Amino acid sequence: MWMRSVGLLASGTAALYDAALEEKTHRMAALTEKIALTRTAAPARRKPGGLGDQIFRAASYASALLVLIVLFGILASIAYGGWPAFAEFGPGFITSSAWNIGQEQYGAFVAIIGTLASAFLALLIGVPLSLGIAVYLTQLCPGWARKPVSMTIELLASVPSIIYGMWGLFIFAPLFARFVQVPVSNVVEGLPIVGTLFYARVPSGVGILTAGIILAIMIVPFVASITRDMLDQIPTVLRESAYGIGCTTWEVVRHVLVPQASVSIIGAIMLGLGRALGETMAVTFVIGNANRLSASVFDPGSTIASRIANEFNEADGMQLHSLMALGCILFVITFIVLIIARLLVRRTKVA
Amino acid sequence: MDAQNTVAAPAAPPLKASRVRSGRRIADRVLILASTLATLVGILVLGSILMMLIVEGVKGFSPLLFTEPTPGPGSEGGGIANAILGSLVLTFLGILVATPVGVMAGTFLAEYGRNSKIADVIRFLNDILLSAPSILIGLFVYTLMVKPMGSYSGWAGAVALAIIATPVIVRTTEDMLRLVPATLREAGAALGAPPSKVITAITWRGASAGIVTGIILALARIAGETAPLLFTALNNNSWFSPNLMGGIPNLPVMIYQFALSPYSNWQQLAWAGALLITVTILALSIVARFVIKSERAR
Repeated sequence: MWMRSVGLLASGTAALYDAALEEKTHRMAALTEKIALTRTAAPARRKPGGLGDQIFRAASYASALLVLIVLFGILASIAYGGWPAFAEFGPGFITSSAWNIGQEQYGAFVAIIGTLASAFLALLIGVPLSLGIAVYLTQLCPGWARKPVSMTIELLASVPSIIYGMWGLFIFAPLFARFVQVPVSNVVEGLPIVGTLFYARVPSGVGILTAGIILAIMIVPFVASITRDMLDQIPTVLRESAYGIGCTTWEVVRHVLVPQASVSIIGAIMLGLGRALGETMAVTFVIGNANRLSASVFDPGSTIASRIANEFNEADGMQLHSLMALGCILFVITFIVLIIARLLVRRTKVA
Repeated sequence: MDAQNTVAAPAAPPLKASRVRSGRRIADRVLILASTLATLVGILVLGSILMMLIVEGVKGFSPLLFTEPTPGPGSEGGGIANAILGSLVLTFLGILVATPVGVMAGTFLAEYGRNSKIADVIRFLNDILLSAPSILIGLFVYTLMVKPMGSYSGWAGAVALAIIATPVIVRTTEDMLRLVPATLREAGAALGAPPSKVITAITWRGASAGIVTGIILALARIAGETAPLLFTALNNNSWFSPNLMGGIPNLPVMIYQFALSPYSNWQQLAWAGALLITVTILALSIVARFVIKSERAR
């Protein structure tokens, strides 16, 4: 209980900023002086808020509104494009697993399940990985290595998604097929439940799980760096007093740090989920692009984003509308997730 | 271990460990091991990606890469000069549109709007747009520009990239402007400077390094974006027309198409392009990081 009673979170960073600003004030003083000199040279005191001033204000207001307009524009245009598909297939569009271009029959079920399954697997693998990295960086890492290690992890976020796709397809998938899919399939073959869940009919390395693993790596830098920042904000006193009564690192993390930062960590995870749901290029490379509902995580599948990327350029008529409708579903899912995420992580850093 | 001790407490663990119960100790060791391993995995993946790019990409490096356009299907040789140029043009145009809009919007959020309701809403939605799936932005620009114009175009590609870059710039601009102390603005206002003058001559100047960092970050973000270009700029195996109509060759889509193609020279070019683009983007993000660090430290 004593750990929670000290609720002084986040006040430390404010003090840090203040120190930085103090310095800036001196630099800025010269600037204001310059303005003062030009002012005194002016013949008469102009009323502040002339025409130029109003134009500037209007321009900045308009730019801000543009952000709003673009977001609603995205929703409106995708909904407009997908409307014919929703009208034609009704609610059955979501529950139907058909995707037949010849017969003009389309349903979103397989893609929705693929999207959710790959994102879920990404969280299952990526979240422990991210939390481990955050704990390592804040608790275990020797001081000299902190910055370079931190930066290496953050650089993972800068690698373009298409590069992850190439790495996944050309480097990871062959290794994964050889050292995981084949041995695991041999072991579980014929067993109930795990026999279906982990059996690869064609051990090619690509599939839902491969996509999940690549997505996990892609969300790690985001979740890890937000979690690290949150753990850093927890007052050191709390940590030290826990160590002082003889807690082990595990107990400090489990009983002191995690309870303090839990809301933000969940927010960071949701932010990662938002990324994983909408990720396109990397997934397109490694998911196998099959419109098939399979119980095995080793089997190829497809996500909403990968299907749009694959088919959109050649699509026409109802197929195009159906792809737009898929986009609309993706929009709704990701935006709900992102809204929850942003409500939980109140302004951390550019992610 | 002496005989006396064994007799007195045969099952007692060694003294050193008795301070911490073994269950707790194991949990602690597991945590330390697991988190160190997690960090190693992260580092190894980045290392492996870079290794792959260097090993495969360097093989395809030649001066021809920067002078020849991409070859047609089945034909020999060729370079990626048209894709490099196309990417530069698209990225530059995207940043050219995004910078004024982003900086002005960030200024509104930090200066004029600050605590107003509308600014809160815009700030929130901007954060969401920041993480929005880029493929949806491609669909939006397709509906907005490609369909009405009847053709893929560089303009559509640039607009799609601008939409992705803007939220990044808005966010960093606002954050950086907020670091400028209010006393400076008050000093400017007290001298009779109108708000626009205070902003342009005092707050913008004070936050200039931070704003530039935001622009570099946005540049790094859009330089490798593929999904939104698929339906807007597409790709093309020749030099593009100066009016930017039709498919515009660009590195990301070129890499996507060539890497999955059956032609070995195409694959080779894809690797070279991948190396080029990744090195550029990593360099940009490292530069941005150092600029922001030195700015914050000041």
